[in-house]
Amino acid sequence: MTTVGNPSSDSPDTRALPRITAGAAPDGADRPRILRVAGPLVEITCPPAVAMHDLVVLGAARLPGEVVAIHGDTATIEAYEYTGGLAPGHPAEPQGRPLSVRLAPDLLGGVFDGLLRPLAGIGDLLTAGETAAGEPERHTWSFTPRVAAGGSAAAGDVLGEIGAGVPLRLLVPPDLSGEVTWVAAAGDHPSDGVLAVVGGQEVRLEQTWPVRRPRPVARRLPADVPLNTGQRAVDLLFPVARGSTVAVPGGFGTGKTMLLQQIAKWCDADVIVYVGCGERGNEMADVIEELAELTDPRTGGRLAERTVTIANTSNMPMMAREAGVHTGATVAEYFRDMGLDVVLIADSTSRWAEALREFASRRGELPAEEGYPAGLASQLAAFYERAAAVRTLGGATGSVTVIGAVSPPGGDRTEPVTAHTERFVRCLWSLDRDLAYARHYPAVSWSESFSRDAAALAAAHARAGDAAWAERRGRVARQLAEADRLADLVELVGITALPPRERINVLAGRLLREAAIQQNALSPADAYSAPGKTAALVEAVLTVIDRCLELVDSGIPANAVEAVDFSPLLRARETAGPAETAPVTAARDSVLARLKEAA
Amino acid sequence: MTGAVGIEYTRVRELRGPLLFVEGVSGVGWDEFATIVLDSGGRRHGLVLEVDRDVAVVQVLEDTAGMNRTGTRVAFSGTPLRIPVGAGWLGRVCDGRGEPADGGPPVLGGSYAEVGGAPINPVRREPPDEAVLTGVGAVDVLTTLVRGQKLPVFSAAGLPHLELAVQIAAQATCAGEPFAVVFAGMGLTHADAAFVREGLAARSAARELVLFVNTADDPVIERLLTPRLALTVAEHLAFTEGRHVLVVMTDMTAYAEALREVSAARGEIPARRAYPGYLYSDLASLYERCGRIRGRPGSVTVLPVLTMPAGDITHPVPDLTGYITEGQIVLSAEVQAAGTHPPVDPLASLSRLMRKGTGAGRTRADHPAVAAQLIAALARSRQVRELADLIGRSALSPTDLRHLDLEEAFRHRFLAQGTDENRSLDDSLDRAWEVLLTLPRSQLGMLPAGLLDAHAPPRDQEAR
Repeated sequence: MTTVGNPSSDSPDTRALPRITAGAAPDGADRPRILRVAGPLVEITCPPAVAMHDLVVLGAARLPGEVVAIHGDTATIEAYEYTGGLAPGHPAEPQGRPLSVRLAPDLLGGVFDGLLRPLAGIGDLLTAGETAAGEPERHTWSFTPRVAAGGSAAAGDVLGEIGAGVPLRLLVPPDLSGEVTWVAAAGDHPSDGVLAVVGGQEVRLEQTWPVRRPRPVARRLPADVPLNTGQRAVDLLFPVARGSTVAVPGGFGTGKTMLLQQIAKWCDADVIVYVGCGERGNEMADVIEELAELTDPRTGGRLAERTVTIANTSNMPMMAREAGVHTGATVAEYFRDMGLDVVLIADSTSRWAEALREFASRRGELPAEEGYPAGLASQLAAFYERAAAVRTLGGATGSVTVIGAVSPPGGDRTEPVTAHTERFVRCLWSLDRDLAYARHYPAVSWSESFSRDAAALAAAHARAGDAAWAERRGRVARQLAEADRLADLVELVGITALPPRERINVLAGRLLREAAIQQNALSPADAYSAPGKTAALVEAVLTVIDRCLELVDSGIPANAVEAVDFSPLLRARETAGPAETAPVTAARDSVLARLKEAA
Repeated sequence: MTGAVGIEYTRVRELRGPLLFVEGVSGVGWDEFATIVLDSGGRRHGLVLEVDRDVAVVQVLEDTAGMNRTGTRVAFSGTPLRIPVGAGWLGRVCDGRGEPADGGPPVLGGSYAEVGGAPINPVRREPPDEAVLTGVGAVDVLTTLVRGQKLPVFSAAGLPHLELAVQIAAQATCAGEPFAVVFAGMGLTHADAAFVREGLAARSAARELVLFVNTADDPVIERLLTPRLALTVAEHLAFTEGRHVLVVMTDMTAYAEALREVSAARGEIPARRAYPGYLYSDLASLYERCGRIRGRPGSVTVLPVLTMPAGDITHPVPDLTGYITEGQIVLSAEVQAAGTHPPVDPLASLSRLMRKGTGAGRTRADHPAVAAQLIAALARSRQVRELADLIGRSALSPTDLRHLDLEEAFRHRFLAQGTDENRSLDDSLDRAWEVLLTLPRSQLGMLPAGLLDAHAPPRDQEAR
């Protein structure tokens, strides 16, 4: 039936892909071979020893993939690269170990793909071979031993400290304990150099860890220490604790990425792991460039030095996007184990969920809601559970806070990813399209967001000497809700139809929004707001509002109060530096003086 | 289109929609390009969507009409689809598969490139910060197009998006640097295709244009290829030949429909509105090919045009596009009904990269402040208009009334522009000033005092 023509010679510029004839594998029939290729889904013949989630290398181009199903003598592989040219009959090599990444202090300041392969130092365009060729950048670190040879050490114990902008430590790996037979002398060592021998095994700064296996801890701790994000809308109304979880749902154009980038730049964590997951390339380029230029106000170093960036843009292979969030969580846990507070930012988890859906569809899994696999909810829950405040194996405290963006299609909050995510997170910063269209940034909606950490954090603020924190937050929330309610009325009957106190409450809503809640990400003075400045701004606005209410109660007409020039107060967030309070107080006093004139 | 002809396979097992299933194949790789010869001698082309043991599933670009099980021969090229690239494309008009439609010889090039492209390494991307000037005031001033950006036009049936796209393609320039336009038409009617050819004839004659046109009666599946050909040609012109290239792709909704058709034929599980679950990634694989690369002179700027079915911005095509692109230019039926061309809705439109691409040394020093102030004033005008509808003009304050005047002035003096009027940026900005100065100075708080003094005549001081 088959007519066999003359294979004509390829034109000179046609790069022939390797052709290996099915059934004629040179190494005999028992060597695993590829059976089927459909995009990222590859089926291979499966030797009995292959286990779920094992790494498999595919074809002559040695594309990495992961076993996701085993059925009889075939295994289904999820490939992490473009599989063009891969054909049935090509070889497959199970590696006998799960997908793992190299963890080392050198990750700080680096940019990686979803499998943690370095993107710096390779070509302009990412082809399969190009990404695989990236060599990890190894730095030299100054090491100071903290144990002496002869003692014993258990998993997680500190063997020494590493001089760097971020305080790093060399730990006994999680699965090791025993006698310390040798420790390197103080001095500079490369990250792949042996620094100690524990229980007969060499311990290096760099180590590998399977991405889908959470790193062990001694126990989880309650999350009750505030993470100061520097964003007033969040710190004031919907605060997040170190080790907590946040979802940020928002339609396109509501400023999700901008808010997350602001937090990556300014929050007071020790290490940031920024996972750009299926998002824009130009945006990624922008964040990489800005982090490299901005100074960390706490260490004086560059912000990039505390950041690990995982860049899997929307046109990079989709399945590496799926692995990317787990890779990010593993990197975050690695630094957490050193006793550090880490923030893991995933932008956007919806793109990750889409990768899950895409692959489930190719596997022919029965779809649940909107084509997503039935396991979507449990996968989302498992990802957010990698966040925690913990007692590490070595007895230190550390935390991983997870902040995940959600991109609901059509802004529809009932779609599966948004709906499930809301159930698993402790904080929700819901971004509102109307606020964004009114250029009110960050567009965190006060009516549709929540923070289940607020009570614990109020206690923490009270312990830290700010007993009025909870009262202030409650007052702001009430005032904003009241202003919203009245705004609906004003649209119907006009402002002049309201009683004086209500008119002042409408004014109060505007003052709170414009003077305290809004924040200009592009302004050096306002991009970041220290807790003291946030408290001072809120206190100033509330004092002014109270004074206005007193005035109308004493019979001053509401329009006389409304006509007062409040602009010093509105400009205070720009005139005061990120951690200054005195200019805010001065602005408050100047407005109070004007109110006195009006009285 | 090239592709070496190797072994021919004839065992066709199944034909379904645009799909051809051929048995007995050996060594055929995923995403390979295939050439199909029919009984009648006609040649068609396809891409391998799946290989399962000895069966290859081929997506036929020209559709499967007239194919049968016994007389069809399929040959695989051994590589993904590659096309010649180079300056030879400039000045040419081709169909949606890249075959000449201008009576000229097939396009040859010095080198070949895979139409799928390869992602730009994020660390090698240069953040875009220079403008492409379109000669359309509403775009240049309020939603500035930046070299390396992807900025879609969201439109609806009956709105003049094609006129706007052609005007931009005909007028766009990059401050005298080498420039080219690659225009990919998908699912255009013959009348529209003729309009595009005519509107861009001068640019084509100047060898600054490559035109790919897939018409509404051309094979639907071919549309999946058209934007990829355009982008592949554009990438070479940009990153190898150092030109700034604007790629206009219209209509992306027609493209997405072709994608849905293939997905349905393959029996894939549908997601929103029966579009495949990978619509986002597929659109991203096109839009993300824009950008600049460190150390290379050119740029690829992408201007996709799409019609929102029933004007619904939450429809998957505009919605997912909005998530990928850096802003949007929205055309509004309301502005169109008021008789203004181009009917751009300034408040719904946004260019996210504009902040870096405008201002001193980029466009003009006053540009960012003027644009921000104009948008803010228009937002206020819209509120005032809604208020006036509720409570009547007579209840408005004098300042509010000035805002209504501003909206009028905006439409007539700034927005309205002929389809062949190429407006300089200076002219557009001066008109923006003229519109802004319908307001008293006290309402222009976003403009620095120095700028105001330079532009506002003294008689306006009375408003303080």
